[in-house]
This record gives sequence, C-alpha cells and structure tokens, in this order.
Amino acid sequence: MSTARVDVSEAAAGMLRQLTEEHGPLMFHQSGGCCDGSSPMCYPDGEFRTGHSDVHLGDLVIDGIEKPIGFWMSASQFEYWSHTHLTVDLVKGRGSGFSLEAPEGFRFMIRSRLFTEDELNDLPALISH
Amino acid sequence: MTRYAAPGEAGSVVSYRPRYDHFIGGEYVPPASGKYFENPTPVTGQTFTEIARGTADDVDRAVAAAEGASAAWGRTSAGERASILNKIADRIEQNLEMIAVAESWENGKPVRETLAADIPLAVDHFRYFAGAIRAQEGSISQIDDDTVAYHFHEPLGVVGQIIPWNFPILMATWKLAPALAAGNCVVLKPAEQTPASIHVVMELIADLLPPGVINVVNGFGVEAGKPLAQNKGIRKVAFTGETTTGRLIMQYASENLIPVTLELGGKSPNIFFGDVADHNDAFYNKAQEGFAMFALNQGEVCTCPSRALIQSSIYDKFLGDGVERVKAIKQGHPLDTDTQVGAQASNDQFEKILSYIDIGKQEGAKVLAGGEKAELSGELSGGFYVQPTIFEGDNKMRIFQEEIFGPVVSVTKFDDYDDAIKTANDTLYGLGAGVWSRSGDTAYRAGRDIQAGRVWTNCYHAYPAHAAFGGYKQSGVGRENHKMMLDHYQQTKNLLVSYSPDALGFF
Repeated sequence: MSTARVDVSEAAAGMLRQLTEEHGPLMFHQSGGCCDGSSPMCYPDGEFRTGHSDVHLGDLVIDGIEKPIGFWMSASQFEYWSHTHLTVDLVKGRGSGFSLEAPEGFRFMIRSRLFTEDELNDLPALISH
Repeated sequence: MTRYAAPGEAGSVVSYRPRYDHFIGGEYVPPASGKYFENPTPVTGQTFTEIARGTADDVDRAVAAAEGASAAWGRTSAGERASILNKIADRIEQNLEMIAVAESWENGKPVRETLAADIPLAVDHFRYFAGAIRAQEGSISQIDDDTVAYHFHEPLGVVGQIIPWNFPILMATWKLAPALAAGNCVVLKPAEQTPASIHVVMELIADLLPPGVINVVNGFGVEAGKPLAQNKGIRKVAFTGETTTGRLIMQYASENLIPVTLELGGKSPNIFFGDVADHNDAFYNKAQEGFAMFALNQGEVCTCPSRALIQSSIYDKFLGDGVERVKAIKQGHPLDTDTQVGAQASNDQFEKILSYIDIGKQEGAKVLAGGEKAELSGELSGGFYVQPTIFEGDNKMRIFQEEIFGPVVSVTKFDDYDDAIKTANDTLYGLGAGVWSRSGDTAYRAGRDIQAGRVWTNCYHAYPAHAAFGGYKQSGVGRENHKMMLDHYQQTKNLLVSYSPDALGFF
C-alpha cells in the first residue's frame, strides 16, 4: 500500500459527514491566489469542472461516507507541492469563495508536512484527465 | 496619537446597527430566508452586528430590481451619471472619518490607512470615472463614398460583482464606479467576512441614486454568490478573490455566455538591485520602506510584495537594515492612529498564515524576524494578530510560491540581472512586482521583462486611478482603475449606414 498524499483530520471528517448528508457526494479543489486562496474548496462532486490542467492527488476515505472524496489541484501548482503531505483540517472561520462549509462557521484548511525519503519513494502515480 | 472609540462606544464617530438587511430597489429588505449571520470584529473577536443571509430568492429579487432600473439608467446622459458619481464622492468625503473607523473595525486594518488611503482613494475613484465617462467618445469611419460606420458604446445592462474582504470599501468602489459610469445597474455581493461597512456607505448615498441602480445582497458565497454568478439576468460578472473560485465563476459565466473579469492574486517579487545601496540617502531609506511594504494591510493584499529578491552584492547590508526596519513596525489596536499593522481579518486567515509559517520552518527557511502569532493583551487578546515575519530561503519553497496573505516576506538573493528576472518570473502569478534601481535603464528593462501587469518602479503599493491594474498568467483577466475598464462594462454598437439610393445588384 503506497503512501497517501492527502489525509483528513477528525474534525474535518466530521464536517464532511455533515456536508455529505446535506449536499450528497463531495469533492475538493485546492485554490491558489489571494483572499481565501491557499486553501481547499469543498464542492458537490462534479460542480467544479476539473480538466487537463488538474491532477487528482487522491481520495479521502471517511467512515460513514459512501463515496470517497476526490482531492484535486492544478498541475502547475502541484509541482510546488509534490514533496509535501497534506492533511485537510477544519478551523472556526468565515471563509468566502463558494466552499460548502463556510455557512457553518468553519473553514477547511491544509496542514502540511514534508514527506520523508522513504515516503517519497513510495508515492502512487498521479492521475490527471 | 489618537485612539478612536470603537463603533457604538461613547464618543465614537460611528455606530453600527444591530442588524443589516439587503439593499434592493432603493430600500432595505429582509432576507427571504429570514436568516441572519453574526459579524465579528477581528480586533477583539467579538460580534458587533448581524447581517442578512442571502439566498437565490434575494439575488433574483435584486436582479429584477436592477433590470427594472437599467433601461432608464442606460439612457441617462454621461453628464447626468457623472454628476451622480461626483455627488457620491462628495458624500463619502464629507463622512470620511466615520466610514474609515467603521471599515477599520470590520476588517482589522489600521485606521491610519483607512483615513489616509482606503477612503480617499474611493472618493477619488468615483471622481475619476465621472470624468472618464464624460470624455469618452465613440467613433466614425467613412467606409466609402456612400457608407459610414458609426460606433457607439452601450451599457451591458445588469452586472454581478463579487468582492473580497481585504479593502471592503475600496474593492466595492473599484467595481461600482466604472460599471455605473458606463450606464449599468449592479448587484453587488460583499464578502461575508466584511459584510457591514458597505452599508454605512449605502445609507449615506442611497438618496443620490435611482432605486435599483445599486443593489447589495449579503450572504455566503455558496448561498448568494453562486446564484448571482449563475443568474440569467446578468450580462457580466466581475470577481476578485482566489483562483479556484475564479475558475468556477468563469464556468458559471460560460453557462450564459457572458464576459468575466477576474483578479486572482499574486506572489509579487520586490527586486532590489545593487545600486540601491550606492548611497546612504533618502532613496536608500525609501527602498528600505519598500522592503517593509509586505506588512501593509497585514499582508492581506493581492499584490503583497511577499518575495524580496536582493542582489548578492548588497544582500547582507540591505537585509540587515531591512530586518531592523521590520522589527520596529508598530503592531497594535487598529483604532490607534499610531498603529501600523493591525489584526488579520478572521480566524481562518490567522490559522492559514500560521500554517504557512510552519511549513516555511519545516522546509528549512530561516526566520529572521517574527515567525509567531502576536500576543496582544487586554481586549485584543481575542483578536487575530500575527507578527511581521521575515523568512530567508529559496524560490522553490512553498512559502515563495503560494500566497500566504499575511505579514510574511520570503527573501532570497540573486547574482545578476538575468538571475533576478528568472527568479521574479518563476511563479504561477503575475499581478504585481517592484523594481528598485537608481539606473533608469535597469529599471525600465526589468519592468518590461517581468511578466506582471503592474510593475511598481522605485515605489510600491500605490493605487492611483488612471494607472491600469490587473494580472498576467494566473492572476486573472482584465484591468481595473483605468478608463479602459469602461470597455469591460460596455458593448460596441456599430451602425453601418448606407447613403446610396441604389441596389447592389445581388437579387
């Protein structure tokens, strides 16, 4: 079993269960840019059209959620991220953008750490469109 | 040093209402859902008002109000519209202090800036576009002896505008002024982090505008912003914010085949060539201030000079002086006129910045100043404060490539001109850049070689009207602050007229 590129915290998983009940299957796209950027955006699955310029880092498999949640990022941005492991976390906040959790008074964010040498040799190949 | 009283406190120049509804069709109307959301001040973390939680029904109502007003507004003369924009400017200017304190409280930025920059710039922006629309001309081309082409600028109709929280009043103004000047009616969706200060302005100017010309629908992005971007009644959408949302808005706009202008952020390089340190004079001092500019507005600016590239020949001296300059920055209560850096706009921004400081340290960048959250005492202890921070590292690190949107600068060195340009352009973004050099040649060549829409040359963070502003690469599409924006908010009508009495001979 190869190393996962992206994981999810308990707090974020709890919110994702709640959001799945309300909105159905979900997806993430990591945003760059200003304001509420440098943060993951959570949408109903398929709402945000991914394409040739995006990569699929992996799926978040969460207890209680049938369909794993795909985590996407633009390929150009991913080049600068590929050496880091990402955990989707949740904090109190008032994000904007169109991310689904914002009305709940929370905001998803990314906590990162560097992959170890061993992990870097063990990463799965990436799928893009 | 003055300390303004917080809105609502004894002696304050402004107070907020306990609750704000939407502004639709010239009056305040409650949200269809009946729901409101709390608005905290990042100065202390305490709630100070509640705001209408808008939904698609409210957006539909606002678009309908705008549609109702748009035929008449679109037919007003440029002179009439200019007169109204000038009156709006005057009204804001007459109430400058009140609006400045209100905005500082909502966003967390120092009141010295809302007083000296944000609100005066907004006043001037309305005046600029009042002038620009008066001076705009169509054109006439004589095609041949019998045929003339007449080109008219016509408004689009109703436009949707979704704005960010970092300069609540100025961002609203940058969008509203050209759209209104061009004869459009607007539905504006303010950011949910800063939903209230716009109403302090709207209450002051409502009587100047025909009902339905400006409509303000508050709410969350997914509940109010999305229905606006998708609304069949709008002829254009304008957005300032982050890249993923920008792409999503473009997708929604494609459903209705409408144009989009986007401003999506940057990772602006601030380049200090060696000759800057040739003399220890006023210019060197100015360049030092330029280095410290990453802290302006708590770093919450799309053009934050968040990468500093310093030529190796002067690296130790310039950076050493820069560190001292940054350590002397005054962080404190935003309503103190001495405060230079205030609070970040929200808890999630605060957490995001700290997570970037953490990854910077993990990647091996060296902290030369700051690097922690700021512990402020008393009523400020619940607010969101981060120390101005200087990292030293290399351009491939994530802190050099991603927008942190906080008072954090990442510093690296370059050897020669080509190295500077290569590093400057090694970014996904292209919004702003700074070039500092005593040599006009170097400054000019660098400015032309950097792939960014705004290159500040021997200055930074100036946003005068009449200087076009916008991005290259992933920083967005379109320009603001310049009369060329009128084109973004108009369409061309060509009347192709024949003065010949004779048939062509086709049929």
